[in-house]
Amino acid sequence: MGTRPAKHSAVLWVALVVLLVSATTMQVVVEGKLQRPVMTTGVNWIQSPGLMRRLTFGFNAIWADIYWIRAVQYYGSTKLSVDEKKNYDQLYPLLDITTSLDPHFNIAYRFGSILLSEGYPNGPGNTDQAIMLLEKGIREMPNKWQYYHDAGFVEYWWRRDPRASSDWFLRGAQLPGAPNWLQPLAASVLAEHGEREASRALWIQLASTAEHHWIREAAKRGLMQLDAEADIESLEPFIHKFFDMNGRFPKGWQELTGGPVKMLRNLPRDPAGYIYDLDPVSGSVDVARDSPLYPLRSRVRG
Amino acid sequence: MRSIAIIAGGVFRDSIRDRIGYGLVFFSILLMASSFLLAQLTAGQDVKIIKDLGLASASMIGLFIAIFFGIGLVTKEVERRSIYSLLSKPVTRSQFVIGKYLGLVLTLLINLSVMVVAFYAVLWYLDFTTLPGAKAAWEAPAMDPRMLKAFALIGVELMLITAAAIFFSTFSSPFLSVAMTFAVYVIGHFGEDLKNINSIVKSMVLPYITKGVYYVMPNLSALDVKAAVVHGLPVSGTSMMLATTSCLLYIATLLVGSILIFSRRDLK
Repeated sequence: MGTRPAKHSAVLWVALVVLLVSATTMQVVVEGKLQRPVMTTGVNWIQSPGLMRRLTFGFNAIWADIYWIRAVQYYGSTKLSVDEKKNYDQLYPLLDITTSLDPHFNIAYRFGSILLSEGYPNGPGNTDQAIMLLEKGIREMPNKWQYYHDAGFVEYWWRRDPRASSDWFLRGAQLPGAPNWLQPLAASVLAEHGEREASRALWIQLASTAEHHWIREAAKRGLMQLDAEADIESLEPFIHKFFDMNGRFPKGWQELTGGPVKMLRNLPRDPAGYIYDLDPVSGSVDVARDSPLYPLRSRVRG
Repeated sequence: MRSIAIIAGGVFRDSIRDRIGYGLVFFSILLMASSFLLAQLTAGQDVKIIKDLGLASASMIGLFIAIFFGIGLVTKEVERRSIYSLLSKPVTRSQFVIGKYLGLVLTLLINLSVMVVAFYAVLWYLDFTTLPGAKAAWEAPAMDPRMLKAFALIGVELMLITAAAIFFSTFSSPFLSVAMTFAVYVIGHFGEDLKNINSIVKSMVLPYITKGVYYVMPNLSALDVKAAVVHGLPVSGTSMMLATTSCLLYIATLLVGSILIFSRRDLK
């Protein structure tokens, strides 16, 4: 009596397994054959922060998180793409919407300004937008000295404007709770000599005071870039010496590490461990294109 | 009073038997737990995302339960004709409406409590597994008790939405009732825009109308402190009390309106 339903059930189970295996196999086949459309830039359907805020009906904060995730993913995927013409056009609108939906989204202002000012092709290199984002943060939270510090940093590091930078630091130093090193920093960036020292001090302060791991990592990278710039400066005299001796620039580092005049002991590596690029035509030295330190600020702007 | 308690108990038992409610609460808990995965996708904002998602899912699931269960409270009884046997007993129509309302509010508050426990459990796990150095970047502690303020105000908002759902269902079809209750929710969150519409529209009359609507409709954005508690910003007890009192007055108004309409309704 009970065998027919049991048989029926067994057939269904077998069918289920067979169908599941077939569907999975088909999925693998489709995956292999499918011609995927080439994705160019991400589309941001809603560009207006005001409209977006109205459409969220009280769920602003969670939508701000979603837009922040989109911004980080967008930046990361653009940076890692192999596309020759990397397009970061949507980064600022995404950050603008994020901070409009949640005006107290601290990291979106701070880390967002770092992403926006990062030199091309590692970022859009748009310092105007970075300052705009920080100014927006200041309007929302006027007592956040960190935003003044970050704006001063953008002015000094990316725009190379010590006066504007010093002004931001001084304004930040006057806020309640501002650290006591902010005012001396304003003075040191104005010093005629020792630009690299001032930069180093800025990065060290950022690395030691930033609350977020990601910002600390960006600061460590900045410090390594400074070291790389110093390395390059120390390598250039050897290349010029080689030119004076041979009437041409070296074809590669091997000519400096080996040969009759052994100028260098080892192949020169940047602080991230990548061998520096040497251009045999112009004799210029730079960090390798695949190095995480590429591009150096000195090469991005002037 | 006893009749109201019996009817409320009946609603509560029905909602326990109804597996959709369980499913929704389970879904909310699942969302809270899955926020761990979502937090991995972003730059150091795990605690914020977990808190935002937890509060948003509790609010959204509560909203669904309040609207869809709230509308069914009266309409189902009428459609099934079980209301005849109920009203043949010593139960007045006002007791029926109030009992139904309190039953669903009890269900909602218990569901919300379950979600609060799950929410704090997820946050406790995050707190337990995070290194002290990383915690220094948090704007507010993971197990911040101030988040209970947001949950309390979500509860008040859901009580209001339930009252609106019952009100509309006393005279309208289920579909229209859903639409109108949802409209109350949307307009409630558009409060500031309605009040300041004169800044975008050049009209002599419209600003007066929208201002009128603003003052007549409940201002639900006053109950929304989710973002503030996540950032550890202060939420004053006075503002909470004022917003709650205003909502309780709207709830009373809607319930009295529901009783008035339902008392006059011809059920034959």
